[in-house]
Amino acid sequence: MAGAKEIRTQIKSIGNTQKITKAMEMVAASKMRRAQDRMAASRPYAKSIRRVIGHLANANPDYRHPYLIPREPKRVNLLVISTDRGLCGGLNINLFKSVLREIRDWQDKGVDVELTLIGAKASAFFSRLGLDIVAETSHLGDSPHLTDLIGTVRETLNRFDDKKIDLIRIAHNEFVNTMTQQPEILPLLPVEPSEDDELLEHWDYIYEPSTPEALLEQVLTRYVESQVYQGVVENVACEQAARMVAMKAATDNAGEMIDSLQLEYNKARQAAITQELAEIVGGAAAV
Amino acid sequence: MSKTIRVHIVSAESEIWEGEAEMVFASAEQGGMGIAPRHAPLLTRLEPGEVRVRKPGGEEMDFYVSGGILEIQPHLVSILADTAERAADLDEAAAIEAKRRAEEAIANRKGDVDISRAQAQLAEAAARLKLVQKLKKKKS
Repeated sequence: MAGAKEIRTQIKSIGNTQKITKAMEMVAASKMRRAQDRMAASRPYAKSIRRVIGHLANANPDYRHPYLIPREPKRVNLLVISTDRGLCGGLNINLFKSVLREIRDWQDKGVDVELTLIGAKASAFFSRLGLDIVAETSHLGDSPHLTDLIGTVRETLNRFDDKKIDLIRIAHNEFVNTMTQQPEILPLLPVEPSEDDELLEHWDYIYEPSTPEALLEQVLTRYVESQVYQGVVENVACEQAARMVAMKAATDNAGEMIDSLQLEYNKARQAAITQELAEIVGGAAAV
Repeated sequence: MSKTIRVHIVSAESEIWEGEAEMVFASAEQGGMGIAPRHAPLLTRLEPGEVRVRKPGGEEMDFYVSGGILEIQPHLVSILADTAERAADLDEAAAIEAKRRAEEAIANRKGDVDISRAQAQLAEAAARLKLVQKLKKKKS
């Protein structure tokens, strides 16, 4: 019977693939846990800085930093955070789809769109699009550092300072749970006041140096940086979760394939034996 | 009246320390500061240097911060530490680098693919994904 040997080879090769996907699944699971820890660790900073901003904004009604004033958008910057590597299911595709929809929406309104990209997949995808890319960074690794993001954020903020753009929105995946990641596009600048920013009692800081402008500038810059950092960290957690799920599916599929190939192999072997027997019996009868 | 003040030292990447202290020493932009409980609300920038926390009982802890923001409220000291030493020109250099990479990405652009074409590609990929899922469901 033809193919018994071929089937055996195929089973072996699928088995090897299965071993790799299984290992990748386990690696992703442990990296996801660490990424989630980092996500949680970055929250207190953002919360504290948000409180300071809220207070500064409310305590100094006569001085408004440009980052706090909404402007009529003529040109919008979309800061897209993607993964560096693939093999993570539809994670990037889903994000890019909602970013494309967003780009279309702005363009329909007659608003220009430019892009700031973080992650190799985003550069690979959007560099073919014909839109302006103002800053790009990739290969941040599994434990991204804020230091690596400073340049990208600074360049984008510079453009906001120069009034080349009027709005910055940040797009990344939101970590709902291990099974679910959702693309999310949120406003980054100008900073929108939140309800917690309401001042309950009126008091003001002593400022050192005595003008709050420079301080506010630094606080707001740090806030934007921390928001981008949080987006990046959350996206890493999403990447690992999505990879874990994708690799689990791949491992299961490989198992199914091996099972059905094994069945086929057994049948082929049986058929070969039966045929051989029939030949022997036939040969004996002929003698 | 409480004799301690709550201290919260955080950086963008991690929570460094949180606890009660009798006194906090930090090197602010305009000189060293000693912060006792019920200090007036104050906001200033920190210089790179150490932050010393004296815990109740006299034990002292040292932290190195590479700059940041110091916020004081009567019962709370928040130190928002930078993760690295920052200087305006360093930030600018990094910004130029990010810009250069973007220009590189544009230079490497293969052909001119417009949005609708990219969207079509995405739709195709999504359809393929759906089909695979459907096939899988059928199988099981």
